[in-house]
Amino acid sequence: MSEWWTYRAEDFLLFSPRVYWRMFELHNAALWPLHLLTLAASLIIILLIAWRPRSWVRWLALILAIAWVFVGWSFLWHRYATINWAVAYVAPAFAVEGVLLLIVSLRDGLAFDRRGLAGWIGYLILAFALAGQPLLAPLQGRNWASSEVFGIAPDPTAIATLGVLLLARGRLLPVLLPIPVLWCLLSGLTLGTMGEPQAWALHATLALATAAWIWTIIRQRAVS
Amino acid sequence: MRTTRRTFVQASLATAAAALLPISLHAQQGQPARRPIPSTREEIPIVGLGTWITFNVGDDPVLRDECAGVMAAFFAAGGRMIDSSPMYGSSQPVIGYGLQKLGRPSALFSAEKVWTSSAAAGPPQIAQSRRFWGVPKFDLVQVHNLLAWKAHLPMLFQMKAAGAVRYVGITTSEGRRHDLLEQIMRNEPIDFVQFSYNVVDREAEARLLPLASERGIAVIVNRPFRQGALTQRLQGKPLPEWAAELGASSWAQLMLKFILSHPAVTVAIPATTRVDHVRENLSAAAGPMPDRAMRQRISAHVKAL
Ligand SMILES: NC(=O)c1ccc[n+]([C@@H]2O[C@H](COP(=O)([O-])OP(=O)(O)OC[C@H]3O[C@@H](n4cnc5c(N)ncnc54)[C@H](OP(=O)(O)O)[C@@H]3O)[C@@H](O)[C@H]2O)c1
Repeated sequence: MSEWWTYRAEDFLLFSPRVYWRMFELHNAALWPLHLLTLAASLIIILLIAWRPRSWVRWLALILAIAWVFVGWSFLWHRYATINWAVAYVAPAFAVEGVLLLIVSLRDGLAFDRRGLAGWIGYLILAFALAGQPLLAPLQGRNWASSEVFGIAPDPTAIATLGVLLLARGRLLPVLLPIPVLWCLLSGLTLGTMGEPQAWALHATLALATAAWIWTIIRQRAVS
Repeated sequence: MRTTRRTFVQASLATAAAALLPISLHAQQGQPARRPIPSTREEIPIVGLGTWITFNVGDDPVLRDECAGVMAAFFAAGGRMIDSSPMYGSSQPVIGYGLQKLGRPSALFSAEKVWTSSAAAGPPQIAQSRRFWGVPKFDLVQVHNLLAWKAHLPMLFQMKAAGAVRYVGITTSEGRRHDLLEQIMRNEPIDFVQFSYNVVDREAEARLLPLASERGIAVIVNRPFRQGALTQRLQGKPLPEWAAELGASSWAQLMLKFILSHPAVTVAIPATTRVDHVRENLSAAAGPMPDRAMRQRISAHVKAL
């Protein structure tokens, strides 16, 4: 676009907050009671990370892979893209993340033995994504029906994935990080432009995750 | 503002033009006034309807019906021009839904845009927009934000010659690229130009509006309320007593009357999600209009608040 520097974030906001939140309401209504299944999946994620039964860890990446592909297809492609044409270009990235997670799952490429600060921040972020994020709707005076739930909505799915990755170790970790990080940036920017305080959830997740990674890298350098 | 010779000449020209204000005299009581499109003398009601953000409601059935309700009230109040763009998300199919629901009102004056950097993608994009609206052809197609205008304008002139579109135009907003717009207005045989003009953003008064009059180009005014920032800022503030002299009962009406009373303006296209607002906006197009002194007063008053 010519003269792109004269454009502000607001110029790219194509919809009103009312339309945005109603979209979650409609999406939840259309998919209910699938939420029970994604809730069960979230519990399995937590149990798998906490108990770490060796041969089961690959299931964790598989659950995340399915969540990314499903959210990308059902929410981004079929719903969000109708009010935001730019999302049609983002939805395939969710499929890519799903495929990457699937590869990790098949290769059994992650280990969950990270402890210390990064681990605790990982748990905190994961707990927020699975249990805290759905509460933001009623806490901010919106209808419960517009709650964002892991495996159904993109933000809790991306945030939960960042939490899981903070708890993980593995050579493939760096390829799994960019897409959830970029989504959190994009979604935080969108919510911030709409003037929604909830943008802070995404900004705080990114800030905490970055601090945890920096901490881990410093510690690893110090040890080696 | 200090009166220089130039501003004095401009002001005198504006006053002279105001005396010849081509607002239709046979406008019926309560009906929006009309102005002629210079290139054909076809008359059009001076308040239209924008659809940026307000009509981008996706597949939401409740909100689609609300938009159709706004359109119904718009046509019922005598409105004609609806403006949209392929850039506005689902606004085009939402307009199409409303038109279908309202039995395709014959009053519609469809104002669309072509918005792509690729010359080849222009015609298929216009065809797709037409399918979304469900109309056989558009009344007006504008090059959105001057994007790839060198490629699209000749294509639009060709379409006009072939009878596939009635008018050709070009748009910008928020004061962007006025120099280039001016050059295009001077050199290209366009019927319409669209830019931002409101009670606080008055840059267009200096060159674009006089040039449009001189060249016989119809002017569509976008962002009459600065995308709602002005109406929100003035909410709850008391309307000056003298607003009643103009028959304005809200800030929105007063601000619209400021825009519409400029002799070079053909149509202003406020966007809204509300039936009461669309009615209010259309009724601003009827009744008395401010003269030059009153226009200054409105602008100064709003700026001071
Ligand atoms: N480059 C371009 O081609 C370009 C750029 C910008 C705009 N445009 C066109 O111009 C149209 C108008 O510009 P815009 O949409 O940016 O902004 P606008 O018309 O200046 O403002 C729209 C806002 O004003 C509020 N409003 C409308 N009528 C009101 C009333 N009577 N009382 C109180 N509030 C009222 C609406 O809120 P409610 O919903 O609550 O009424 C809406 O949020 C656009 O929709 C688009 O079609 C074109």
